[in-house]
Amino acid sequence: MKRLAQHALFWPSVTLALLLVVNAAFNPSFLAISWRDGHLYGNLVDILNRAAPLMIVSLGMTLVIAIRGLDISVGAVVAIAATVAALLVGGGFSAEGANTSEHPLWFALGAALLAALVCGLWNGVLVVHARMQPIVATLILMVAGRGIAQLLTGGQIITVYYPPYFVLGSGFLFGLPVALWIAAGLWLVLQWLATRTALGLFIRAIGGNPDAARVAGVRAADIALCVYTFCGLAAGIAGLIISSNVKSADANSAGQLLELDAILAVTLGGTALTGGRFSLGGTVLGALIIQTLTATIYSLGVPPEVNLVVKAALVFAVMLLQSAEFRALVARVARLRAGET
Amino acid sequence: MKHPLLPLAITVALFVAMAAFGAVRYPGFLSLQVFLNLLIDNAFLCVVAVGMTFVILSGGIDLSVGAVIALTTMISAALLQAGWNPWAVMATVLAVGAAFGALQGLLIQRFGLAPFIVTLAGMFLARGCCYLISTESMPITDTTYTAIAQARIPVGFDSSLTVGALVALLTVLAGMRLAHATGFGRTVYAVGGGEGAARLMGLPVAATRVGVYLLSGFTAALAGIVMTFYMLSGYSLHAVGLELDAIAAVVIGGTLLAGGVGYVAGTLFGVLILGIIQTLIAFDGTLSSWWTRIVVGVLLLLFCLLQRLFEGRARRTE
Repeated sequence: MKRLAQHALFWPSVTLALLLVVNAAFNPSFLAISWRDGHLYGNLVDILNRAAPLMIVSLGMTLVIAIRGLDISVGAVVAIAATVAALLVGGGFSAEGANTSEHPLWFALGAALLAALVCGLWNGVLVVHARMQPIVATLILMVAGRGIAQLLTGGQIITVYYPPYFVLGSGFLFGLPVALWIAAGLWLVLQWLATRTALGLFIRAIGGNPDAARVAGVRAADIALCVYTFCGLAAGIAGLIISSNVKSADANSAGQLLELDAILAVTLGGTALTGGRFSLGGTVLGALIIQTLTATIYSLGVPPEVNLVVKAALVFAVMLLQSAEFRALVARVARLRAGET
Repeated sequence: MKHPLLPLAITVALFVAMAAFGAVRYPGFLSLQVFLNLLIDNAFLCVVAVGMTFVILSGGIDLSVGAVIALTTMISAALLQAGWNPWAVMATVLAVGAAFGALQGLLIQRFGLAPFIVTLAGMFLARGCCYLISTESMPITDTTYTAIAQARIPVGFDSSLTVGALVALLTVLAGMRLAHATGFGRTVYAVGGGEGAARLMGLPVAATRVGVYLLSGFTAALAGIVMTFYMLSGYSLHAVGLELDAIAAVVIGGTLLAGGVGYVAGTLFGVLILGIIQTLIAFDGTLSSWWTRIVVGVLLLLFCLLQRLFEGRARRTE
């Protein structure tokens, strides 16, 4: 039992389970899953589908935080990728009533992902080669990125009328949401890379002590560059899913505050913000916790305004639990209490 | 070549160059009122950026200021609707802002938490509290507030300042005095330059760090009051993203994000540069507002690269 409690995924799992129990207690039909229109249907499926983009962004963010970095530009990259894809797919109602796309779908998706990749690479170059602090380097893209996306759209919301594009965000494969398959696939690949190849070890080494890692022969600069580039790419994939889900791209609001939710998901999952320790599975749980929390607040009939306050309380609690000084203080208070009795 | 005032000089030169560009390009640009409007329209940004300068000088960051401004406007509007005395309202929100900042500072200092995450959670909390008060915009009709909002202070040449702009100028002056002529200011520089060294020198590192976030919360609340004069409403979506503008103004003003180097006066020019970009785009008329974001991003990039250049050179000469 004690070993179980010490497992990295223990507390995130408990939090998620508690949230689900609270939901099930107040709304017995919450956990119900049925088969409808050729796919699974229910609150849980909905949560998984909505959590998928956050999971994908958070996975990229996990690796960045693991090497002592931070990427606050992911929201802007989501907006850029969504805009590029929506503009290239474009489309409209043709005379025959059939919906067409302006460019082939693969070309639009490829271009959007390439744009996201370039954004990530840009962040990486600023951090690794220009040696800027990560928060500042990515702040630049965070400020300018949305401006660039708005420049592309001319400040308009781009609506997509081409049905094949909607598969990413609202389609189903083997009964489960396509977005979930993408997130799960990405997680499995990363998990394999992190546990079955030396990459995981290298990332832990860089996060634990960058100088020591470099001296030990880890190509820290190249790996950091790859990690930032991947984080951009992950944000791009999330951007495609988000814009596909709402069938449009809004350069001003797509992915707004997503960087904060992603950092929150990573923290909730037990990844240390000081680098070196990371848990991809924890991050996936963290993203699920955030989405379940939102769903809980709606299903309990609590006004959605409370959402932010609850999130803030959650961050404060997790932060304090992670702090060695706080745990020492609690231990001291507990000892004092025990001494009194 | 390496002089501590050089980044500040570059910022001032950039502002003068932009003003000259506007004066040559657009008729009517070179008037005193256009320049005073820079201060009037960005008064709240200026006030909050002064507090942010101290936080960044100490090597920290405060992402909660935009949300604290919004919370200030909401509390002000709610208390005024409840019939409070306007001066009591102002005193209350200033105390709330300072307490909010001090609490964040305590968490950062006492538990060794990352300022980024603590103030991020503070941002969620403050915005969340706004929504708890009301999700609608709340108008302010109090006679004292409307009188202050409409007051114009003539400065000659047919030009005038608002009370908000005057508050901003006074905040900058007070900030300069605090940074360069008090023990607190010197300790802030010392903590940002090297916390270990500051502690070994026997400086009150812990109290100063909490004080810096208290100051930032206080200036955010003051900026919130200035904003209520400007907008005459309380709204939970006021000042969204303002923390980024404030950080950008501080960086463009020549303060090193690593801490320890910078001037409050530079921040004033950082704010003025952000303001003049918007004014130039407005005078042009053909450029859209999103160009502001792109130009600010490019300026941030240039100044950060410049900072790296200085730091690299300083390290080599050591």
